[in-house]
Amino acid sequence: MSTIARPAPAAAPAPAYDVASIRRDFPILATKVYGKPLVYLDNAASAQKPLAVIDAERDVYEKCYANIHRGVHWLSVHATDAYDAAREKTRRFLNASEAREIVFVRGTTEAVNLVAQTYGRTHVGPGDEVLITGLEHHSNIVPWQMLCEEKRARLAVAPINDAGEVDVDVFARLLTPRTRIASIAHLSNALGTVLPVRRMVELAHERGVPVFVDGAQAAPRMPVDVRALGADFYAFSSHKVYGPTGVGVLYGRAELLEKMPPYQGGGDMIRSVTFDKTTYNKLPHKFEAGTPNIAGGIAFGAALDYVTRIGLERIEAHERDLLRDATDRLGAIDGLRIVGTAREKAGVLSFVIDGVHPHDIGTVLDRHGVAIRTGHHCAQPVMDRYGLPATARASFGLYNTRDEVDALLAAIHEAIRMFR
Amino acid sequence: MTNDLRDLYQEVILDHSKRPRNFHSMPQADRKAEGYNPLCGDRETVFLDLDGDVLKDVSFQGAGCAISTASASMMTESVKGKTRAEADALFERFHDLITGKGDGDDPELGKLAVFSGVREYPVRVKCATLPWHTLKAALSDAQAPVSTESEGPTAESGGAS
Repeated sequence: MSTIARPAPAAAPAPAYDVASIRRDFPILATKVYGKPLVYLDNAASAQKPLAVIDAERDVYEKCYANIHRGVHWLSVHATDAYDAAREKTRRFLNASEAREIVFVRGTTEAVNLVAQTYGRTHVGPGDEVLITGLEHHSNIVPWQMLCEEKRARLAVAPINDAGEVDVDVFARLLTPRTRIASIAHLSNALGTVLPVRRMVELAHERGVPVFVDGAQAAPRMPVDVRALGADFYAFSSHKVYGPTGVGVLYGRAELLEKMPPYQGGGDMIRSVTFDKTTYNKLPHKFEAGTPNIAGGIAFGAALDYVTRIGLERIEAHERDLLRDATDRLGAIDGLRIVGTAREKAGVLSFVIDGVHPHDIGTVLDRHGVAIRTGHHCAQPVMDRYGLPATARASFGLYNTRDEVDALLAAIHEAIRMFR
Repeated sequence: MTNDLRDLYQEVILDHSKRPRNFHSMPQADRKAEGYNPLCGDRETVFLDLDGDVLKDVSFQGAGCAISTASASMMTESVKGKTRAEADALFERFHDLITGKGDGDDPELGKLAVFSGVREYPVRVKCATLPWHTLKAALSDAQAPVSTESEGPTAESGGAS
């Protein structure tokens, strides 16, 4: 390892990943918790914000705030331009064909609900099936369950193995002539498994089944190309890619979005309204009723600029190093078991310790300044699969360091000393 | 261990969490109830052997964190031999103690005073009260499992999903 960790030679094409400089972009990382430096390892729940994002949101309110897509006045025109620019940045971020394929929503959860309530309600009927996997977040289970209940359809689940991987052959077998849509995570929030989305989409498309991809955990951690993946829908949240809360993205292939009915009725989603008949606006506005999160959307664009400038490939490599280091060192602790041991993993490390409940681990770590998540991670079926009530989960972000893995280790040893 | 953690995880609490007392099922139980904290998945079953109005014997089983296990263990010791009314009153005092309303010097609390540190950890209050809510459910012969999330936005809010 030590040979790899040596600084790159001066002639290296790309500059070294300067995590110290990156950390200075995030004011909150200077926080002291109970007198200890904050070690923020709860990035899968939400990521911290760089100054560029905080400034961008403040700038909107200080310099160019007005409602968008409405006014003829100077401010409205500038706010509209900035908001539309964020949409174009999102298109580029996902390598979508057209900006009108990018629908702004409140977050990944709303994106799933939108597709379930529009595409789902018009395509799923009694006896039909919706296919998900055994590692989904509640937000990629419940909206489909609600749809299936309403339509008397069946929710099929492709199971995971002990490592936390989805068996692609089983997934293929569960794609039946009654399957109307498949909805799968790109990266599991509870286990860290990276799913073979491209292959799964291929299999679904061979049977004429469109695929929704929940990219909430993948978008901050790896380059995403919706066209290379073949995804029909792809969703992610701003707050996990270092942007503000309350903004999310639904990408949908224009051909599908065009045919879908609107989600909510209101302003901005209409072309004309009389008491007899309303005609709907063009994409993406048909799905964006009401005044959106204008400042948040613009600041989200700044977050995409920020991660793009660092480079998703480099972020991915950095987090892979941290995950490998943490996995090796935690895995060597007597009585500690890593939950989720898929060959392809990213960013997320779930674990349990014999004789120490995850909540007690969380409390002890917290007093050492180390913020992790404990509980079921909004993925109770995953916990049930492993027969666990809860796990402790450390999840990495672009600003985490090897020193922070040291702090995590030290605090875990402290917890073990205390409770064993 | 930092001093703050020592306030929460006092020796007595650690001892009860590692070696819980009255930790067994009770075939002859008159009453039993299941308690569940959906936020952390903790489950505990409380068994009761009643003699008229008196809690002749109390035991519990289940899996939980150190705080909820120790709380259940010490609860069974504290309420054994008490009347229903005395057990209810003790829960009220205990609840006041861990939510910061009461006083750690309350002599009625006896050994339960070691839970005073919980007040500094609002997200852990539910862990300490789970066995007590379950006992209450057993006393009222509730059929459905009792959940820490069923009592509305009280002083015990603070967990996040």
